[in-house]
Amino acid sequence: MRSSLARVLEGYEQAAAEAEERLAAAADIGAVADIERDLLGRRSRFTAAKRQLGDLDPGERAEAGRRLNAARQRVETSVAAARTRLTAAARADRHAAERLDLTERLPQAAPLRRGSFHPVTQARDRLEDVFIGMGYTVAEGPEVESAWYNFEALNIPEWHPARGSFDTIFVNLGEPEQVMLRSHTSPVQIRVMENRKPPIYIVAPGRTFRADTADATHLPAFNQIEGLAIDRNITMGDLAGTIDEFVRAFFGTEVKSRLRPSYFPFTEPSAEFDISRPDGSWLELGGCGMVHPNVLRNCGIDPEQWQGFAFGFGIDRLAVMRHEIDDIREFVNNDVRFLSQF
Amino acid sequence: MRVLLSWLREFAPDIGGDPAALSDVLSALGLTVEDMTVTGSLPDGVVLARVLDLRPHPDADRIQLVEADDGSGSTLQVCCGAFNMAVGDLVPLARVGTVMPSGLEIARRKMRGQPSEGMCCSEAELELGGDAEGIMILNDRVADGAAPGLPLAEALGLAPDVLWDLEVGANRPDALSVMGVARDLAAGLGVAFEPPDWSTAASGAHITESAAVEIVDPTLCGRFVGRVLRNAPQGASPPWLAHRLTALGMRPINAVVDISNYVMLELGQPSHTFDLARVAGARIRVRRARDGEAIRTLDGAERTLAAGDGVIADGDDNVIGIAGVMGGASTEIDADTSEVLVEMAWWDPPSISRTAKRLNLSSEAATRFRRGADWGYNVERCMNRFVQLAAELGAEPADGVIDKRGDRPDRGPLRVRIARVNRLLGTGLSTQQMADHLRSIGFGADPAGEAALEVTIPTWRWDTETETDVAEEVARLHGYENIERTVPTGNEAGGLSGYQRDRRLVREVLVGAGCCETQPMPFVAPGALAAVGLPEDGITLSNPVDDRESVLRTSLLPGQLAAVAYNQRHFSGDVRLFEIGHIYLPAPEDGLEPAGGRMSESGPLPDEREFLAVALSGEEAPAAVAVLDLLAEALALPAVELRQASPPGLHPTRSAEVVVAGRGRGTVGEVDHEVLEACGIAGRVAWLQIDLQEVLNGPRTRRRYRPVSKYPPSEVDLAFAVPEEVAAAQVERALRAAAGSLLARIELFDAYRGPGVAEGSRSLAYRLRFQAPDRTLTDADVAEIRQRCIDETSRRTSATLRS
Repeated sequence: MRSSLARVLEGYEQAAAEAEERLAAAADIGAVADIERDLLGRRSRFTAAKRQLGDLDPGERAEAGRRLNAARQRVETSVAAARTRLTAAARADRHAAERLDLTERLPQAAPLRRGSFHPVTQARDRLEDVFIGMGYTVAEGPEVESAWYNFEALNIPEWHPARGSFDTIFVNLGEPEQVMLRSHTSPVQIRVMENRKPPIYIVAPGRTFRADTADATHLPAFNQIEGLAIDRNITMGDLAGTIDEFVRAFFGTEVKSRLRPSYFPFTEPSAEFDISRPDGSWLELGGCGMVHPNVLRNCGIDPEQWQGFAFGFGIDRLAVMRHEIDDIREFVNNDVRFLSQF
Repeated sequence: MRVLLSWLREFAPDIGGDPAALSDVLSALGLTVEDMTVTGSLPDGVVLARVLDLRPHPDADRIQLVEADDGSGSTLQVCCGAFNMAVGDLVPLARVGTVMPSGLEIARRKMRGQPSEGMCCSEAELELGGDAEGIMILNDRVADGAAPGLPLAEALGLAPDVLWDLEVGANRPDALSVMGVARDLAAGLGVAFEPPDWSTAASGAHITESAAVEIVDPTLCGRFVGRVLRNAPQGASPPWLAHRLTALGMRPINAVVDISNYVMLELGQPSHTFDLARVAGARIRVRRARDGEAIRTLDGAERTLAAGDGVIADGDDNVIGIAGVMGGASTEIDADTSEVLVEMAWWDPPSISRTAKRLNLSSEAATRFRRGADWGYNVERCMNRFVQLAAELGAEPADGVIDKRGDRPDRGPLRVRIARVNRLLGTGLSTQQMADHLRSIGFGADPAGEAALEVTIPTWRWDTETETDVAEEVARLHGYENIERTVPTGNEAGGLSGYQRDRRLVREVLVGAGCCETQPMPFVAPGALAAVGLPEDGITLSNPVDDRESVLRTSLLPGQLAAVAYNQRHFSGDVRLFEIGHIYLPAPEDGLEPAGGRMSESGPLPDEREFLAVALSGEEAPAAVAVLDLLAEALALPAVELRQASPPGLHPTRSAEVVVAGRGRGTVGEVDHEVLEACGIAGRVAWLQIDLQEVLNGPRTRRRYRPVSKYPPSEVDLAFAVPEEVAAAQVERALRAAAGSLLARIELFDAYRGPGVAEGSRSLAYRLRFQAPDRTLTDADVAEIRQRCIDETSRRTSATLRS
């Protein structure tokens, strides 16, 4: 009995030692699997040897078990190493076989299928064009902002109740709640006013963020456009007239606008503006007002010399209205069956 | 804020007219009407009726015949599907001709052969409540002696009323009350506004014998008015009070709580009540919390306070309430309460705002205090109203009032320049007109010389401090719609910047090349960057909406591959996609000004850049290079080269770095197959990503006119055997250098690998077109250039001419 086990053990150890050479010679993953099955599988010599362990004296069993396991571990390590080697080799072979010289620029057959502009881009371009026609330039800025640009410079101090209403998404940079994804494009207004002397006539379109769960009418990332006009004698009448001119240019001459008093920390007086619908009712479109003197002061502009208005509204909603889109999530799904409709 | 017309009228009895017109006035004043409902009105023809007899229907089990007296003198028979009434009951009956709230008109008709001359109604059918199970039984709900035939509305004491739901801005704490809305509406309509006053005889021991209040921190509490009530009312509120609370959206709880809420809704002042016996020492100390102090609030939650929070402490200096936010459980009144201490206070808005935000604890009281409650007479008026309502329910007010003062807002008279206001609004209002508008809502306005008003800001307008704030009030009362519409007369030229024009051009080129513009969201899931072979070093969000959207992307690759995979999953096959969007690279950690990142007051912001990506699924690397060539040509980019590279995530032998004018600006090639497998994409994806910002702001070739030659060109084809390690670009460079200025065009028209070409080399065949601006090239000219091209190419690249 003992000698038979000794034979089995020795045989297995020998086989394990030979396995390394066999594995080194293996040309592909299949060969490795064969060797593995032979030495470690259910019907392998290892299994057979292990079964015989039970017949040994307890004193001998420990020693034999240790030897058997050591041999098994050697086999396992070798198999894993062979696998890694062969996978890397396969990868390298594939890469070598597929090598291309990208500067071999042969003429390409031109596809005769037109792509498409994203509906939000189209809405944004149309808005920009209307305001460009009214004498505005287009300003842009970063999407990750500091509390100064997103709130403080806009007359929203840290304790202000309005802060909560923005559902800001904060970023793990700096002190807590000091860096955020901008909740409106108003920071761009601040950056422009800090860097340029009036007169200023700009619109600031771009991506904005709120901690809203995505549903048919909300996305955490959406698009806004804001306008800012700062000059010596810009009045609230100019604001109402500008909104009116924009509405007629963008929606059609039959569409009317109206202003209602509202509240924003960064404008005073503040208003919301509505546009008329064919049935005579009003649709709230956005907010506006005369730039708060504190905001001007924060940007180094003397409010006794300069005054102006600001307004803002959503871009995505205009695209939704124009194309009668019923689920705003389509804007970020990027399904070509959706995109190619526009 | 919800208000009832009947309640508004208690402050301004002349408010009236068409509810829709009143809605327009409210909205034009900035109290935007979100919803309006007419309540308490019933259709004409619904009257009180008495059941005289009940009989089964001879031919129907589910209908019974009701004989009723509707006061008309004759008895009516009505078929009714309900069985909950008894002979003698009073019920509502809709006579023939009545139009029900649902629009149904009651007609005389027969049911299974039996005539029915009207309808007995349920609560739901009359929209008086939700009960649709049976007929309303009115025996106990109408006054004694109410006779059949009496219109039901009269019998129930219902008066038509209008309920508005108003959107109130954060600058209008006063309009979070019926009184404040009434004041504005009365001014808008030009009718009188007169708040009632209330007072009640007090009795018994003076309050100072039972309670004391000390304001330790005057910056926290501007005023603390206290009174003591004995025999506080127990149990439910009277129905009229409960009805009004319900209408305005608050749940009746018990008499004392309801009175507190009623006064808050009516007059805007929150109050708090303490069981005086449970206040240690019957002493109140108003102070700031020490870090770590704790309290169990009325809602049962244990809350830990921070230094700066306003608190109410007792005689042992233990915290028994969070000032202006929520009271504590330990002094809550209950059935055993004998003496109630009522608190009416004015709290510093920023203090309350910070505490409410920090504790994430919003209450009706905190909402009002953080916007600024009235620090003037209203505090006393509200105490009087509270005591009066409590006394009506049997409470006995103790004599005397505690009235402690801290720092209250200092709003001295404000000089408002008439011309400044007109200049801001674009109006031509006179001093008198402005003064009238301001006085109509309680501002003081006295002429100060010719050109200005001395304006006194009312104590209920905490947010109003400056000349511009006053201008807004003038504009509001004048009416925004009455301001003449003009446009700015500035003479600015509008337009896109060069960058913005070029970006549009890029889009147009790509759409022309068959690509659809995509706009994935700029967040990715943790691990998504690593999954596409990029370092997992994206900046994370503190409060992502979804954990799968919690990392800011550092590349457009994950989003584009997700879009490719999405389209494959939805059977759209191969797609050509592009995106222009921001990426956010981590700024260096040393806190120094990052190369492209920006400093904010709190440290560096990310290095944020606008990138362009193109993903062509089912296509190989050359397709992406072709797109790059299109862009380079459209944008007149100088010297676009491809430099050997294995960018992360891309196929190591099918990708290159895009070099523009000597600077690395992006990558082009194919996505690595392992990355594609990880993204669940079958087939290949050709890829181009460039730093659009750097490329568009970088140098451009000036397109300078070259005269078009009138002379015929000569073409030469040259094929070289080129070792694989020599890039075609090197061959082309050599050919260009050799051909010199006579080269009109060069084109690689064939690349061949296989028999006839040595292993490790391929054949590259070029077509060169030569042309001179001033003459026809002779055969000798062409032969000479041809030879130069061959020699130069062989010398510079180890390519050999194939014969």
